[in-house]
Amino acid sequence: MTDKSHDPNQMTGAAMIVRALIDHGVQHVFGYPGGAVLPIYDEIFQQSEVEHILVRHEQGAGHAAEGYARSTGKPGVVLVTSGPGATNMVTPLTDALMDSIPLVCITGQVPTHLIGNDAFQECDTVGITRPATKHNWLVRDVNDLARVLHEAFYVATTGRPGPVVVDVPKDVQFATGTYHPPRKSDVHISYTPRVKGDATQIRKAVALLANAKRPVIYSGGGVINSGPEASQLLRQLVEATGFPITSTLMGLGAYPASGPNWLGMLGMHGTYEANMTMHDCDVMLCVGARFDDRITGRTDAFSPGSKKIHIDIDPSSINKNIRVDVPIIGDCGNVLGDLLQVFKAEAKKPDIKAWWQQIAQWRARNSLSYRKNNDIILPQYAIQRLFELTRGKDTYITTEVGQHQMWAAQFYGFEEPHRWMTSGGLGTMGYGLPAAVGVQVAHPDSLVIDIAGDASVQMTIQEMSTAVQFELPIKIFILNNQYMGMVRQWQQLLHGNRLSHSYSEALPDFVKLADAYGCVGLQATKPSDLDGAIKEMIAIKRPVLFDCRVAALENCFPMIPSGKAHNEMLLPEEATDEATAKAFSGGKALV
Amino acid sequence: MNQPASAYFLEERHDPNETHTLSVLVQNEPGVLARVIGLFSGRGYNIESLTVSETESQKHLSRITIVTTGTPMVIQQIKHQLDRMIPVYRVVDMTLTGSSIERELAMVKVRGGGDHRVEALRLADAFRARVIDATTESFVFEITGNSSKISQFIDLMRPLGLVEVSRTGVAAITRGPEGM
Ligand SMILES: Cc1ncc(C[n+]2csc(CCOP(=O)(O)OP(=O)(O)O)c2C)c(N)n1
Ligand SMILES: [Mg+2]
Repeated sequence: MTDKSHDPNQMTGAAMIVRALIDHGVQHVFGYPGGAVLPIYDEIFQQSEVEHILVRHEQGAGHAAEGYARSTGKPGVVLVTSGPGATNMVTPLTDALMDSIPLVCITGQVPTHLIGNDAFQECDTVGITRPATKHNWLVRDVNDLARVLHEAFYVATTGRPGPVVVDVPKDVQFATGTYHPPRKSDVHISYTPRVKGDATQIRKAVALLANAKRPVIYSGGGVINSGPEASQLLRQLVEATGFPITSTLMGLGAYPASGPNWLGMLGMHGTYEANMTMHDCDVMLCVGARFDDRITGRTDAFSPGSKKIHIDIDPSSINKNIRVDVPIIGDCGNVLGDLLQVFKAEAKKPDIKAWWQQIAQWRARNSLSYRKNNDIILPQYAIQRLFELTRGKDTYITTEVGQHQMWAAQFYGFEEPHRWMTSGGLGTMGYGLPAAVGVQVAHPDSLVIDIAGDASVQMTIQEMSTAVQFELPIKIFILNNQYMGMVRQWQQLLHGNRLSHSYSEALPDFVKLADAYGCVGLQATKPSDLDGAIKEMIAIKRPVLFDCRVAALENCFPMIPSGKAHNEMLLPEEATDEATAKAFSGGKALV
Repeated sequence: MNQPASAYFLEERHDPNETHTLSVLVQNEPGVLARVIGLFSGRGYNIESLTVSETESQKHLSRITIVTTGTPMVIQQIKHQLDRMIPVYRVVDMTLTGSSIERELAMVKVRGGGDHRVEALRLADAFRARVIDATTESFVFEITGNSSKISQFIDLMRPLGLVEVSRTGVAAITRGPEGM
């Protein structure tokens, strides 16, 4: 015992880190040890309030924390060592930045006096992660540590959420200093995100909505990030206005897929009715989305005749790609609440019967249709069966990146927010499996399924070992087309069908691989096997690798071809070789 | 040439560029300048001039003055992107205030003799540049003013034996009693 043992706030930097986690209600940390974080691991060993989930690669820790955060609304916490531990975190940090996911990542650093000396496992963590985080800190004095940790949680979770890094040199972890619990003055006074929307702007928006003839609501991930109340308010607004609603990839579940006003997802692989509604509308209400290039298609032909209202907490999202008429800066939930109140008090449901008739015609095109096949499992069919057989269960879906991700978005109906975890902005292959680990840690009794591709899943397959160790019964449902299907599709459409390096050569036997990891392997090769195998998968209370052998050359439609507008979609039945060639006429350009 | 096929829309818009001077009040802490500069290089914005110094040491405040060019949409983006950085207090577009004063200081070294030397001194006088160092074959002039005046002075010195120039970059402040 030291002299200062009578003062409970005197402790080492390492102890402060664990104490701060507890003070912020953190129950789970995803991490991987190493020399520069050993003092923190020593503290973790000696307590039981925070559970540490040991991953197999730091990238896995980052994506697991993302899945954890997105499915709970709480920040995900990561602990990694200096040098390679930190550099392995760059992908998930960037992923979280693009998709606005709150992460607090603590990295070890070489001792302060060695910084800049090219010491063993030294890297410029704050320099490398500066453009990959919302903010980051290098803590050189143990007496700054408590303040910085509290600020880190505040910055990650308020305003537009995002990842932060706190880099803590090893000598600071060993040094003793004074801890204090979170307090307001821990935060930069220059950081003041705006939550409440401007009342005048909200009135202007209501006036536009009330007089709309051809309105649409376009919602995004910001509604999910804002919390479950925002989704409830969005539903009430749809109800009160009677407007059609579409959403981005990130926003699925805010409005239920079974809801009468649902148009399906919009954008490059969105439905015909969603994109046509966007193109022809006269008033667009964008809530918590950012007019990303996968959404807008050709920007100069994007919804040319509409007045645009844009609700976003981040002023830099306003007028970035598309000029809007009524920007409202504020938290989606907060602004939707105010907007709804003003609308109910001052406006009537506009009569938009003619608009719905038009939409019905677009819907009748049935843009997600595909021809049935009794011999081969079509990937769309596999997702539909997975959806039907998990309907009504307490299910969370994650995905990797590729065609399977788009089919999951198109064919799996999400009824609630926080149930869908996918890498939207960065498009990170290897996201889904570790994200499923994180979701399952947060929801141990739920059904957590990663809809995967044969190529993506191999990027972070080692996390099966994490799932086995921590008894996390995640289900990895691989749509195995033996191709990097999305790459192959583009090569077919854009590069004269020269399938350069997009064939998945030498795939592992996933069933044997499951066995090697100590989990369960299943396979389905025929449509007639599929339901039985999916039911078996659901019934197994252990991690499962499901090798679903699907048609190799299926393409993902509908699709907005390059440089085209929303009303120039390529529909599945129109995608003859000739039409496709015409739509994609031109040379080759890299993505 | 045909527009190449790509999932990105490759044509750029061609709105005319504008030049704006931005004053940015920041917390003076390690890395803050790297954040600002990283933002500009990472997002492909231009920096024509950048000046930074601590202005209120008790409050640890620094003022960064940036002259940048871009389309109106890009300029607006730059301001929003700066403003959302955690250590940034305020961003003021001095060009939009319409009443800002901009000054730059330059030290200009000129070497030569005879008529050139006389002519250099005469022009320096006309531009209200001061001689702050002199040898029998050289002068260093100190000149203050807006950037175009300084550039004009430097151009005039070129044929007279210009050796080198050190410029501070632009500092800006608004007219009238109000602070930023
Ligand atoms: C880390 C990473 N590298 C490369 C890519 C580019 N990429 C996008 S989709 C894709 C192929 C994915 O193949 P698979 O996982 O089998 O999915 P499929 O499209 O076949 O469903 C590739 C290589 C990416 N998104 N992420
Ligand atoms: Mg594949």
